[in-house]
Amino acid sequence: MSKPVGEPAASSNSDGAGEPVLETGSDKTPLPVSATALYLNVFIVAICGLIYELLAGTLGSYLLGDSVTQFSLVIGLYLSAMGIGAWLSRRLETQLAKRFLEVELAVALVGGVSAPVLFLAFAKIASFQALLLGTVVAIGILVGLEIPLLMRLLEGRVAFKDLVSRVLTFDYIGALVAALIFPLLLVPKLGLIRSSLAVGMANALVALWGTWILRDELGKRAVLSVRIRAVLLLALLGTGLVFANELTTRAEDEMYADPVVYTKTTNYQRIAVTAGRAGFQLFLNGNLQFASADEYRYHEALVHPAFAAYGDGSAAPAASNGPKRVLVLGGGDGLAMREILKHPSVQAVTLVDLDPGMTSLSQHFPPLAKLSGNSLKDARVTVINDDAMVWVSNNRDLFDVVIVDFPDPNSFALGKLYTKLFYRRLAARLAPGAAVVVQATSPLFARNSYWCIVATMRASGFNVAPYHTTVPSFGTWGYVLAKLAPFDPPHEVPNVALRFLTGPALAAMFVFPADMAEVPADVNYLDNQALVRYYEREWRRWE
Amino acid sequence: MSGAVSRRDFVALMLGAPLAAKLAGCSSHAAPGLPPGVLIDTGMATGHERLRTLLAGNGVAAMAQLPVARHHQVIIVGAGAAGLATAWALRKAGIQDVVVLEHCDTIGGTSRGDAAADFPHPWGAHYIVAPMLEQTDLTELLADMGAIEAHSADGAPIVDEALRCRDPEERIFYRGRWYDGLYLFAGANADDRKQFAQFNAEIDSLASVRDATSRRGFAIPVDAGSNPAELTALDQQSFASWLDQRKLTSPRLRWLANYACRDDFGLLAQDTSAWAGLFYFAARQKRSGAHAQPVVTWPNGNDALIQHLARGQTVERNTTVVQITPQSASQPRASVIALSPQGPMHLSAQHVVVCVPQFVARRIVVGLADARKGDTPDYGAWAVANLHLRARPRRRSGDAPTSWDNVIYDSPSLGYVSATHQAGRETGATMWTWYYPFCDVDAAAQRQRIAGATQADYAEVVLRDLQRAHPDIRELVTNIDIAFWGHGMVRPRVGAVWQPARLARAAAFGNVHFAHTDLSGIALFEEAYGHARRAAREILAAEATPHDAGVR
Repeated sequence: MSKPVGEPAASSNSDGAGEPVLETGSDKTPLPVSATALYLNVFIVAICGLIYELLAGTLGSYLLGDSVTQFSLVIGLYLSAMGIGAWLSRRLETQLAKRFLEVELAVALVGGVSAPVLFLAFAKIASFQALLLGTVVAIGILVGLEIPLLMRLLEGRVAFKDLVSRVLTFDYIGALVAALIFPLLLVPKLGLIRSSLAVGMANALVALWGTWILRDELGKRAVLSVRIRAVLLLALLGTGLVFANELTTRAEDEMYADPVVYTKTTNYQRIAVTAGRAGFQLFLNGNLQFASADEYRYHEALVHPAFAAYGDGSAAPAASNGPKRVLVLGGGDGLAMREILKHPSVQAVTLVDLDPGMTSLSQHFPPLAKLSGNSLKDARVTVINDDAMVWVSNNRDLFDVVIVDFPDPNSFALGKLYTKLFYRRLAARLAPGAAVVVQATSPLFARNSYWCIVATMRASGFNVAPYHTTVPSFGTWGYVLAKLAPFDPPHEVPNVALRFLTGPALAAMFVFPADMAEVPADVNYLDNQALVRYYEREWRRWE
Repeated sequence: MSGAVSRRDFVALMLGAPLAAKLAGCSSHAAPGLPPGVLIDTGMATGHERLRTLLAGNGVAAMAQLPVARHHQVIIVGAGAAGLATAWALRKAGIQDVVVLEHCDTIGGTSRGDAAADFPHPWGAHYIVAPMLEQTDLTELLADMGAIEAHSADGAPIVDEALRCRDPEERIFYRGRWYDGLYLFAGANADDRKQFAQFNAEIDSLASVRDATSRRGFAIPVDAGSNPAELTALDQQSFASWLDQRKLTSPRLRWLANYACRDDFGLLAQDTSAWAGLFYFAARQKRSGAHAQPVVTWPNGNDALIQHLARGQTVERNTTVVQITPQSASQPRASVIALSPQGPMHLSAQHVVVCVPQFVARRIVVGLADARKGDTPDYGAWAVANLHLRARPRRRSGDAPTSWDNVIYDSPSLGYVSATHQAGRETGATMWTWYYPFCDVDAAAQRQRIAGATQADYAEVVLRDLQRAHPDIRELVTNIDIAFWGHGMVRPRVGAVWQPARLARAAAFGNVHFAHTDLSGIALFEEAYGHARRAAREILAAEATPHDAGVR
């Protein structure tokens, strides 16, 4: 992180190395304690100030993305706000020692609660960016007040050249310490929220200590008033720290509409389940995967058209010669599996999902186990936790129906599962007459992305029948049905228990209205993932 | 460290004094906490040992008295990319009596890799640039490997998608964060961007230079280009001075130029021929406005090419050729004397193809050094480390994801490539290959300074380098193996490529032919392969003429 404030530090050490000389015999009385204590005070305050700045920058880039812009804005505003603080300092004319400590307490308060407040506010307010930058400006102004006040406190008691040299040296070197402990210690060990609170407490403690250093300047009443405020602040921040764990999930709660009832960070992703009046929802890395209220629409539309399309096209397959071997890629929630197991012809289903945390959730998290009908525990089902690209490349079995249900291609890691190479390798796993279906994001919200997936499947040798349906919690959603031989879109639904699909509803899914109709799109290759770029551009408009 | 240099000095030598500073307290022999591993033999130890044995006895003179044990139609010296490609091309053309003599226990030379490991990984060269339409020879090899999946409308080959480097290809670590791509856009100001665009425009125009027969000005391999004088004249100045002349002084751009020179040539831009520096960028761009050609890579690097070329070939390993006497009026066959595991042997051949560097060739081919005086190509040293990681380092939020090539901006190393990237594995155990070019212009002095460095010395350097980007790296690495390539690659110093001596290197010397990257002056697989195909054609042409038939 670019830290322009750090640069002059190197040149400022060149001055005399001895202890600063207290000018004795002047008409002002020297401070009762060593000025070193005050310099140390500055040092810690400088560390705390920079950490608040780094916290704000990191939080901004976590929550808003675009770390370059966020850090650039935060650093720039913080530095200029310090300038404003320095300028304002001339307006404080009396009770300098008291004002100095009050400013320190204010920094401790605003800085200490900054991360928790920002986290909570992110889900609450529309102008989060403004709040973030406002906080940065407030902290910057307060920190900017400190150094001029301190220098004025020491004015006349210490030779000016020593004063300037010492104060600025400690201030700038504090920046280095902050820049080191923030990424190496605070963020990894405490996380953002607890770092914020802990640094706020350190700041308040320094102010408390200041009441001893400056006790003669302050007078008894001021000492007492500052101490009381410091202790109250410490209690507030300490309480925050004690409840920080709860606060983290509370902050996460605020990011979702409904309360979070389950969270787990696996090696691969953050799983969160929220529950409300309309049932429960599952999120991966903050992206909705399904809502229990309407997932049946999504999963019926995902699974049954492929079953209907299976076969060589001669006649509608009877139950006895329907699809027997089924492959599911992704789909660790077990809901597609529930639909698959409705087909009596199915003898064996292999499900490949990267994350054991997800497939285990489906079996051990009661609401999901119930919703999925315990499908992953069915005797016909084999669950494999592996990367689908690696698995498909190494496997040698053949399948009659393949259901591809990956998260949307919002990263290169996921985008590789939508490449021509992946579809070619998948094609090699198909038995004669096999049908494949791919969940393909929204043809309405991400039209180029959707048609890019269609184009990629075509380029991989598939004949395709694109279709879509409406899932209220997602909006309009798209799928691609594909076979190696030419085929007509199915128009009869399989004879299994369904809540959503009917023959006419099925036929209608293959009709694309004008605003979702095919657009020319590039093929998604492993080495040139056009899809990830389309997706990022298109979904950004809706976020 | 067994040499004269302490570990601290060694770290300072490789990474600079600031990174060595924290080592002050360490004793020089204890290496607490360093992962185990070996320093693999890249041929130097074996070579020096065998030469000592030879010189201890009565040397080559006595061996020349041995009766000729065998005769071959073609003997190839060196089982690196050039030697194996020559053997492959000859066999495809119907010449069956071909034997390859290799001094090391392993084949591949600097294209060596390990395909049998848990995670197949390279030990040296690890990619080629996807061939363009006119690169028919290289296309033939890739097609032979089953690596061409289709042809585009203009007939250009399309390399198998599985071998084209997967997105994201590169990322760069700068001031605490990883950014996408190799050029550092983060924090670039308007002037930086303008200069980068200007540089790209210059490359664009150089990539579109064609002669009357529409041959490319800059082509891979070098000899396939039209190489007009206005381009080859650039060999007389350094890449840095070329950039200076155009006022391209943006630190980020200069970093990129330096990185390109270090990466492909083992030199800094100030010491690299401007022709070579521009070749790096322009030769891989198909036409004006086109993106650079895809990078083609395998988990075991160019060892995949080596393994394919070596299939069905007769390679006699641990066999060091010490003298080659070309045909003469009295002796129509070439004579080859070698030290094999069974002892000294004397062979003869219709043709010999010397596929070793010139500094070796000039010692073993009788009369060559006298006939071609004053030709002293320069070779740079390299260190390569293979690190086994039991898990991936922690990724900070907002960091660009692990890429194929992961580069640290403020490092003299080239960063690392991930052996599991191409397969698509982004979690779990993996293997990283870390590359370090020794860029000192005085390569001999530099080799001297680092001689005697141990596996532990290198391991400390590697970890210290990677630690800036991955603070938890020491907890994750379970093994580090090191290769030191003393004469890793020929270097295109200023004036080195377009000089008569370089151009003369490839000419046959009687019935002794040559194939090696140093005949081009640029160490790319494509150059070794191009010379191999040319040498094979020379032999096929000679075999086809009645004159040669009579000799046989």
